[in-house]
Amino acid sequence: MDETVAEYIRRTVLKIPRHEIMEMLTMWEFLSKTQLQTINVHQIKEKISQEVVELCEVITSIVNDNHTYRNKKVWTVYQMTKAAGEETDSFNLADFKYKFKRSLRSALKNVTINFREYEDNAIWIRIAWGTQYTKPNQYKATYVVYHSQTPYVFISSLRSSLPLLCQALVHASSYHDIHEMELRSRCIDSLKDIVFKRYSQTFQTYHPRPLQERNVAPEKVDPRIIQENKREKERIQRVNQEVFGEGLQPKIEFAQYKLETMFKGEPEMDILTEKEPFRCVVKFSSPHLLEALKSLAPAGMADAPLSPLLTCIPQKARNYFKIKERKGILSASCLGP
Amino acid sequence: CISYKPFSLPEQLVGTDESQQQQLAEAILKEKKTFKINIHVATSLPLPAERDHIRPRIDLIAFMINMQSKHSLRNVEASLSHMDANFFLGKVCFLITGVGRMNHCSVEMNAVRKLGNLYCSPVLFCELDSEGIRVATAQRLLRMLQICAGHMPGVSALFFSSLMKSSIDE
Repeated sequence: MDETVAEYIRRTVLKIPRHEIMEMLTMWEFLSKTQLQTINVHQIKEKISQEVVELCEVITSIVNDNHTYRNKKVWTVYQMTKAAGEETDSFNLADFKYKFKRSLRSALKNVTINFREYEDNAIWIRIAWGTQYTKPNQYKATYVVYHSQTPYVFISSLRSSLPLLCQALVHASSYHDIHEMELRSRCIDSLKDIVFKRYSQTFQTYHPRPLQERNVAPEKVDPRIIQENKREKERIQRVNQEVFGEGLQPKIEFAQYKLETMFKGEPEMDILTEKEPFRCVVKFSSPHLLEALKSLAPAGMADAPLSPLLTCIPQKARNYFKIKERKGILSASCLGP
Repeated sequence: CISYKPFSLPEQLVGTDESQQQQLAEAILKEKKTFKINIHVATSLPLPAERDHIRPRIDLIAFMINMQSKHSLRNVEASLSHMDANFFLGKVCFLITGVGRMNHCSVEMNAVRKLGNLYCSPVLFCELDSEGIRVATAQRLLRMLQICAGHMPGVSALFFSSLMKSSIDE
């Protein structure tokens, strides 16, 4: 929150008479009822104004973070599962919030939890973690986004306390278990695109995106320049379209492949062709990886079609892979993490 | 008094980077000349057979290799094996781009020099992203084209290979 705004709030609270503070704060309609209840108007005015400023800061940081950090932090996707035979109960928001808070607070006293609901059924939970002896650190808050109609949870900035958080989520949403999907990106909307529409054949995006401009503008082609491989270029475009679809690709920044395969080299290099697999990690990174892959073949930097290891990312809803040998033939057996 | 008859001189650019080829082709066509020129742009050889009957005799072939793309080198190597040996009497040259950013090169210098030696053809390094170099390269290619097509009295394409021999070799 802006320093001048904080200062303004502080002075305003100090100026007005004690018995009018609650009325004014209620009129502002900025702090919630529960938050207003936490303010003790019988303490010295300095303390009251301090508390009000702190509460306001927390609220503004939630609002700011949603918009600015939406695409700055790395989000990881988690999926919750029900036990076999369990029924899906209808979702109750108040119930969820209550259970979540209770579960977290029972394990950790010093924690700030804030909820915010959005129109698309998304619940944003902001958690500031403290320890047994320290107050919650508001600057390193974790964000959790849960769409109540789905089993998916998106979590960012989690350093520790993952088991605590998972337990609280599962308990509050009446699921049985939760596991991490091998899917990470900075763009939470793209992650949602991938997991929510994973079974649709033509790749439709959840968010209406503008149709991608084709970069082949109708140029004045000099008749003295003759393109010999028009057919091949058209084939590449067609294959690309089949694999990647029409619209803009979801935005991810990395794809990582952990190879645990045998080294394949010249027969003379006996040393390396041993029983031990040759371990290495191949990481692709780009501001917009899938769009970059889509443009490789048309730009003449790769043959079309591309390796399925690269093109399967949206369908498989993962961008972290482990590749093992399979009976001497190299293939991506996408075994668990 | 020498008068130039307008001739059609076909030139071939072979490479994987279409936009670079297009830019170079346009630069070549912009240059002032007294003869007609056609430029055939291709991604690889052999050329599609269905156009054989309408394609004129090619006078000069320029293979484009991007040092930052191993794929472009492999593509050129594969194309070379499809060529008629007659072309290697001075009618082939290699255009190498991407040397300016050494950190991003995945093709080795040696590989490119070996290619030039193996096929007795000049290797021209040019950063085609820069307009000045593009124009200079276009002018060089035009000059070579004139010689290859026999437009320069007293100068034949065979001279190109003799220019490549270093005095140390003898």
